[in-house]
Amino acid sequence: MSTEQSGEVRTEADRLEDLAHRPPAFSPALDTGHGTILYLEDVTVTFDGFRALNGLSLYIDDGELRCIIGPNGAGKTTMMDVITGRTRPDSGTVFFGQRIDLLRQREHEIAQEGIGRKFQKPTVFEELSVFENLELAMAADKRPWVTLFARLTAAQRERIHEVLTLIRLTDQRRRLAGALSHGQKQWLEIGMLLMQNPRLLLVDEPVAGMTGEETERTAELLVSLAGAHSVVVVEHDMAFVRSIARRVTVLHQGAVLAEGSMDQIQRDRRVIEVYLGD
Amino acid sequence: MLARRLLLSDRGGMIVLALLLLMTILVPVLNLMVPPESPWHVSTYLVTLLGKFLTYALLALAVDLIWGYAGILSLGHGAFFALGGYAMGMYLMRQIGTRGVYGHPELPDFMVFLNWDSLPWYWWGFDMFWFAMLMVVLVPGLLALVFGWLAFRSRVTGVYFAIITQALTFALMLAFFRNEMGFGGNNGLTDFKDILGFSIQARETRVGLFVASAIALILGYLACRYIVTSRFGRVVVAIRDAENRVRFSGYRVESYKLWLFVFSAMLAGIAGALYVPQVGIINPGEFSPLSSIELVVWVATGGRGTLYGAVTGAFVVNYAKTWFTTAYPELWLFALGALFVLVTLLLPRGLVGLIRRRRREEDDS
Repeated sequence: MSTEQSGEVRTEADRLEDLAHRPPAFSPALDTGHGTILYLEDVTVTFDGFRALNGLSLYIDDGELRCIIGPNGAGKTTMMDVITGRTRPDSGTVFFGQRIDLLRQREHEIAQEGIGRKFQKPTVFEELSVFENLELAMAADKRPWVTLFARLTAAQRERIHEVLTLIRLTDQRRRLAGALSHGQKQWLEIGMLLMQNPRLLLVDEPVAGMTGEETERTAELLVSLAGAHSVVVVEHDMAFVRSIARRVTVLHQGAVLAEGSMDQIQRDRRVIEVYLGD
Repeated sequence: MLARRLLLSDRGGMIVLALLLLMTILVPVLNLMVPPESPWHVSTYLVTLLGKFLTYALLALAVDLIWGYAGILSLGHGAFFALGGYAMGMYLMRQIGTRGVYGHPELPDFMVFLNWDSLPWYWWGFDMFWFAMLMVVLVPGLLALVFGWLAFRSRVTGVYFAIITQALTFALMLAFFRNEMGFGGNNGLTDFKDILGFSIQARETRVGLFVASAIALILGYLACRYIVTSRFGRVVVAIRDAENRVRFSGYRVESYKLWLFVFSAMLAGIAGALYVPQVGIINPGEFSPLSSIELVVWVATGGRGTLYGAVTGAFVVNYAKTWFTTAYPELWLFALGALFVLVTLLLPRGLVGLIRRRRREEDDS
């Protein structure tokens, strides 16, 4: 039993390696010549007088794994909404690479240009099977006339099976996604992101509701994705952040409070104040 | 491969289709070949009644496609049905020729009565069957395109969408009631004489229209099956369940909704065009908000999101309506209301859900 398991782990690591280094699907217009993939400059969002983002400036390097932490209401989710086109800021600029102005794009265009998003609450297509969930997320031509006649190629089918193996849902592939456990849904959504294969992944609280072992595997996956992809993780779980982060950004009241390594952050007086209360 | 995808994977649909095919063959044979004194004879009245139900079933199919699969509740689908019906009615009016009461070679009676001296431009071309048939799908399709584009672009969904579709059909009803519109006002279009040269009253024509309706329903069903089993169809179901996730996966949700809505409106238009020659009249009453609501009840009763449930519901409810309105005419509206309440409370998956659930229990054991 134990030998079989270790064998499986090894092949899985290989698969992970392959998946993580697959060239991401993104727009040819993306230009990261300056080494920065995402620019947020002086972004302000107001909801009924409440400043959810208050002159936020943030830069994500190409291939970086960045963790974003902050107390509730710090603007983490609003920031993701701005990047993915769900919320339009009152002022500021948001660029994907040098040339793509995200504020002039709509949600589906931003997704097609190579930004993928995982929601805080696992959001999968409950009335579709696990396999179909991955099929829809797959990087492909997504115009209505094309999908009406689209058929899976052998290569695409194989890719779906690869991801199924990786997220350990091969046996469940025919089940409706709505019937999965919470942790399995989380993994399915991560699998959908892998199928979409974006250049930049925005991941909102990926390990909420996961067991220790699942958390560990998620950390492993996110770390291996960085490099070929850029990953931005919003998370509350400090142990998890510590296990994956190289650079951490602390948001507070809609702006950056501190930025640096985990150790630097934990020594920062202002961060301690915010987290421990004043 | 395609047959497997469209038929074999869908047991309930196969049963309904088999019944439809059987009816399509049996009803004409029993009407035309069996002498009227035989107990097996199917009367021409029944042929036309069933033909009417077939067009209702096609209309229900159109509603189920957008309500059951995309979750878009349209309470104005009767409008597309009526527009298709009017396009057919205009063709039939032009076929009357000099046989009208006033004997005018070009103008329908109501226009002569209104002292019009020439045909309004929007009646041009309707003397040609192909043109009228084109309009049967184009007019509802175009209205759905414009209306849907405005609504979906502004992300109007749910109850708000349902309400504005009610307003749409109500506005059209008021417009078509007006004599100056040139569609016969209150009385609508009627007194049809023939279609493609065949007398509309003849038994053979009635049977022909019945068969045409059955073929349209079967083809419509297969087209809908093709759509819902394609990747397009899966995107549509995904939109129903998690619209934002679909957007962030890179799909343009509005386009998907819009094209499905347009296709659905075209199906409704075809249903209306087949309905009119069988009942012999089209008037603004078809636009009434109530009839659009009633057809949603058919789909809910049959069971939404299965396609064959919509067909079943259209037959069951309309058969009940025919029976009630002859036996207890004053009770029908109460029965309809009670049906809607009971189905909503007890049978969220409709009549076909009842059968499907029982089968699943058997499979599990």
